[in-house]
Parts: sequence; structure tokens; C-alpha cells
Amino acid sequence: MDNRRQLAGWGRTNPSVATVHPAGDDAHLVRLVTEAGQRGVLARGLGRSYGDAAQNGGGVVVDMTSRNRVLAVDIGTALVSVEAGASLDQLMRLLLPLGLFVPVSPGTRQVTVGGAIAADIHGKNHHVDGSFGSHVVAMDLLCADGTIRELTPESELFWATVGGMGLTGLVLRATLRMKKVESAYCLVDTERCVDLDELLRRMAEGDHRYTYSVAWIDCLATGPSLGRSVLTRGWPATHDQLPAKLRDHALDFRPKQLAVAPAVFPSGLLNRASVAAFNEAWYRKAPLERRGEVQSIAAFFHPLDGVGQWNRIYGPKGFLQYQFVVPFGAEDTLRRCIQMLSDTGQASFLAVLKRFGEPSGGHLSFPAPGWTLALDIPIGAGALGGLLDRLDEEVIAAGGREYLAKDSRLPASAIPRMYPRLDEWRDVRAAADPDRVFTSDLARRLGL
Amino acid sequence: MKDAIGNVQRVFLLGGTSDIALATVVKLIGERHGVQVILAARPGERRVAATASLEAFGMQVTEVDFDATDRTSYEHAVASAFEAGGDIDVVMVAFGLLGDQQRAWQDLDAALELVQVNYTAPVACGVLVAKRMRAQGHGAIIAMSSVAGERPRKSNFVYGSNKAGVDAFYSGLGDAIAADGVQVLVVRPGFVRSKMTAGLGAAPLSQTPEQVADVIVAGLAAGRHTVWAPPAMRWVMSGLRHLPHSVFKRLPV
Repeated sequence: MDNRRQLAGWGRTNPSVATVHPAGDDAHLVRLVTEAGQRGVLARGLGRSYGDAAQNGGGVVVDMTSRNRVLAVDIGTALVSVEAGASLDQLMRLLLPLGLFVPVSPGTRQVTVGGAIAADIHGKNHHVDGSFGSHVVAMDLLCADGTIRELTPESELFWATVGGMGLTGLVLRATLRMKKVESAYCLVDTERCVDLDELLRRMAEGDHRYTYSVAWIDCLATGPSLGRSVLTRGWPATHDQLPAKLRDHALDFRPKQLAVAPAVFPSGLLNRASVAAFNEAWYRKAPLERRGEVQSIAAFFHPLDGVGQWNRIYGPKGFLQYQFVVPFGAEDTLRRCIQMLSDTGQASFLAVLKRFGEPSGGHLSFPAPGWTLALDIPIGAGALGGLLDRLDEEVIAAGGREYLAKDSRLPASAIPRMYPRLDEWRDVRAAADPDRVFTSDLARRLGL
Repeated sequence: MKDAIGNVQRVFLLGGTSDIALATVVKLIGERHGVQVILAARPGERRVAATASLEAFGMQVTEVDFDATDRTSYEHAVASAFEAGGDIDVVMVAFGLLGDQQRAWQDLDAALELVQVNYTAPVACGVLVAKRMRAQGHGAIIAMSSVAGERPRKSNFVYGSNKAGVDAFYSGLGDAIAADGVQVLVVRPGFVRSKMTAGLGAAPLSQTPEQVADVIVAGLAAGRHTVWAPPAMRWVMSGLRHLPHSVFKRLPV
């Protein structure tokens, strides 16, 4: 059977064709790795990286999603062992009823544990809890020589794998420390901020009081309203904080998909006018200030998961996501970047701003203390390349970096300037995989 | 590896001194520094000038010897381009020879030389390049056809017959390797004012190499399999193709 398939990232921009194998058992994976040809092998999960991180043109791609069992759960210590293909969605459905929540949740539940480790993902609680890798207690890594090594945070290879974009080996299993919760709800405070100054001030002054914090900025607002935004922050709700009617089913978690975007969506539907109208409505709809609202985990963390295949709304040309972090103190850079995006009117629904706390220790891990801004941009605008190149320079000059799991367009020359520990990572990787058996389109494009 | 907004990293020009090829590379890469261009052409002044013109834009140019009349030369050129570094995003097959059309249908050596340069060598390069691109699972091949191949005219039919063959080969090749992630773009320009046509009177709808390059780059980005330059040429040639032969042979074309 011909199992060559075209694979693309979530942004649907630059696909390539690879030979795709379902994962199978450990022995099968060992064979795939040791018999990989010149173009190498790469694990793929649910394909939520925006660019080419989970593609390996001409090589082998292992679809890990069939290896999705939960192997052990210890409610007392909150430790769970899972196969790498298990998704966060699955973990929430299975473990929330037991009072265990994933330690870090990104904007979608549709990512695998293996992918979460490879990208060292972050969520709204990064400023207090750090990234996903900080909550991994141990993992089994299938290495290039066909051996399976059990790694703990004491080993260098562990930290080369956390944030290592799948280039050190195949993560087979991981043990995670979950977060104990009393309900599947959050208590949420919402505030409307009229401009960037007010937003940054409120976040800097108040974030430490909240477990979760994120702001949504209207990037099309200009002049004095530059940076107008809605700030939402909250905590996991305790049993007693819930209204009486929810208390009997406090840990119920059954999110539903409301709709699926149609397969064919015309290009250009998201234009400046339609996005501006959406942003205006969304800003006006938010309350000036509301305290202690009870929201389900699905509504608070994963609003976009309600629409299946929402990436189709950007049309056949696809879109990219631009996400960077700049250190605290580089607020001027942040302002300039938002100003540049706002000036060119590149239609983005909303930009997401959040504050990062301490890094995890992964050599190529993205989060570092500072401000991180993320926004979706449809492909098609002619000046897009030049604008993003100029933004890169701003970010680098401020000592910041961009997120490899989102990247689909950085030049190779930018990576050493953004990731000061790149050489350290290369040394560990060279020792574990001297022939670069594990590779990807992203690795080739960026010379990793 | 090409990125999300179409920026390429490595380009391979077969017939690297062609005006259209050079204009296409400039249009495709612009002033984005550090892009690698492998320029396969015969050694000489024209190649030196072509390299200098691309380096002026900040491109990293590697020269490779290439002679369309010598089979070992194109085997070597393709192998060295693909083995020397990373993946190649775009290959452009741009070499060709207009020749003396009156000699070309009356003199055996002249006819066979045109067939070799304009048909045999492009087909051979297509076979060699397609194999490499299938192995990397992505990439694009640009092949220069011509409106001359659309309906043979008595003033230009040897060259036209070569281009008709090239057009058919690359059109079919595109369909054969689409599932391997490789795009093949067949380019059908009309009369282009370039080194190749220097000294000839300009025909209607004639254009510059830069105009052809615009059409090629837009076609690449849109994932097209055929482009006409200028685009209106498609309808002109459609008209000519359907003219009754008794009328067509009297046309001064």
C-alpha cells in the first residue's frame, strides 16, 4: 500500500510529502528508526504546530496518535503515566472527574503529550507554574541507535528533548505531575482596558494574584486606542465557590464541538472590514469590569475548540501565527511591534498578550521571563514578508525570540541570535543522534 | 525548504545565463540575503556576468559547468547541485537555442543540434531533476516552453517542434509527480526581447524578461501548471490554433 501522504501544519502553508507509518508497538518503532533512510524520521501528533515542525518531506513520519493509553494514575501524588500519543483532551475527559487537571493547558486541547514536550508548550498560568516540561517527571525516549532511555530532569538529554522539536528522538511515554482541582470550573475576572498603557500596568500590578491570566488585544485599533484590550484572569474554582446547582457535578467535563468549518472556504473572507467589525463587537460585548464569574474549563481555556477545523476559515492560502517574547523592560519594543502591526492593517482577529515567568530549563524552550504576543495573519498580503522581517529585528534587538512551534518563515540566520543555548543543544543532540536520523522540514529550513 | 510566504532557500538554474532565468530569480528572491543559487551554464564571460548580477543582490552563487550537448555534463550538474547542500526549492530549466530557422530544416547538423539542445537535453534534465525532487518530497520545476510550440509556423517550426515536445513532456511530468509534492510549471512566453532574440524584429505582444518573470513567480505562488506570458497570449494562440489551415498558412507569422 502506498502510504506517501502530503502533510501540512495547522496554518496549511508549505506542505511536503512523506511516508506515514502508524506508530505500532515499541519494537515496530525501533525498526522504523534504525531502518530510516537518508531523509530520516519524525514523530507527529495532532498536527497543531502552525508551520513545518511536524513535516519531514521525503522521509518517514510516524503518526503517534494511536499510542494514546493512560498507563498509571496515582491520585494521591497526582502523578500519571501516559503514552506520548495521548491528547490533553483525552486526559481532561478521563482525569478531571478524578480531580486531576493538566498542569499546563494551551489554547487547544487537541495536542498530544509528545508534542507538548517537544514544543515545551505554555498556557495562561506560565507566570506562576512555568511550561509543560517543568511538570514532566520522567520520559522514555527512543534514540537514534534504537535504544530506549528513561530520562529524568537530571539528564541533559531530557532538557534537549523538552522544547527540542522532536529532533532528539521519539518520546514514547511520559510521567506527568498533574494539578489537583476541586471542580472543572474557573472563577474569572474580566476587565476592559482602553489602551496599551493601562493593560500593561494592570497585568504587571495584578497578575501575581491570579493562577491564569491572558489579554486579547484589538490589533486594528489605532491612535489613542492602540492596544485596547480585554483582560481575563482567574483561578481554579473550589467546590465551595460554585453555585449550588453545579456543586453536585463539580468535576463533570464533557465539552462539545459546536460546528465544523466547511472544507472549502473562500480566500479573502477575512479582510480588514470584516475583522474590524468582529473586533469592535467583541470589545463592546466585554464588560467594563466583572468579578468572580464561573466559567467552565472548556470555555475559559479552549474557546476555539468549539469549532472543528477552524484553520479553514483563512482559505486555501492558509495563515501563519507570529509569536514572540521580549524581556520585561522591553515594553517600548512591544509597543512598537503592536504599532507596526496596527499601521499596516494586517488583518488579525485578535492578538494574545501574556506575561511569562521562569523558564523550564529546555535548551530550545521558548518561554522566558517577559511579554509574549501572538497573532494570526492570513497569507496573501504582499508586504507581509518585509513586515515580519522588521519585527524579527525588533525582537532580536530587545533580546527576545520567536516560538518554533508557531514558526513557518524565520530565516536560519535568526536562530542563533534568538536562542543563546543553541550550541549547547547541538552538542547534546550530536551525542545522542550524530547522523541526524531525527529531522524535519523545520530543522532543514532553520539548519537545526 | 520554502517557507510559508514563499521565500526560497536554494534555487538551481539550468541555463543560468538566460535573461528570463535571471529575471525570475531576482523577482523570486529580491534582496533577501543569503539565498543560494546554483548557476549551471557554459564557462565564459556570460556566466561571469550572470553571477555578478545575482551577487549584487546578496545571493550566494555557485557556478557549475553545464553543456546541453554533453550528456555527462548534465548528469554531473544535477548530481552536484542536489548533493552539495540542502534541499532545492526551485529548479528552472531555461536553456535553449533559437538557431537559424532556414538552415534548421535543410541542414541535418543544424536540425540535430536544435533537437539536442531544445528537446533531448531538457527531457534528460527533467528525468534527473524529477527523481531528486520526488526524494525530497517538495519543490517546484519551471520549464520554459514557448507559444512557438502551440501551432507550428513555417518561419519557426523546427524550434516550435522542439518546444511542443518539451511542453508535452513537462505537462505530463507535472501530473506524474504531483502526488510526490512536486509542482511543475510550464511557461509559454510569446516574443521576448532578450539575448536570444537580439536582431529580430519585435512581434505583437512582445515583452521584457522581467514581465515574463512576473508571470512565472505569480504562477509558482498560485500552484499553477501552465502560465502564458503575457496572459493574453493564451487567447491569441487559441484563436490561431483554431484557424483553418488554408487561412493560417497565408498569415505572415
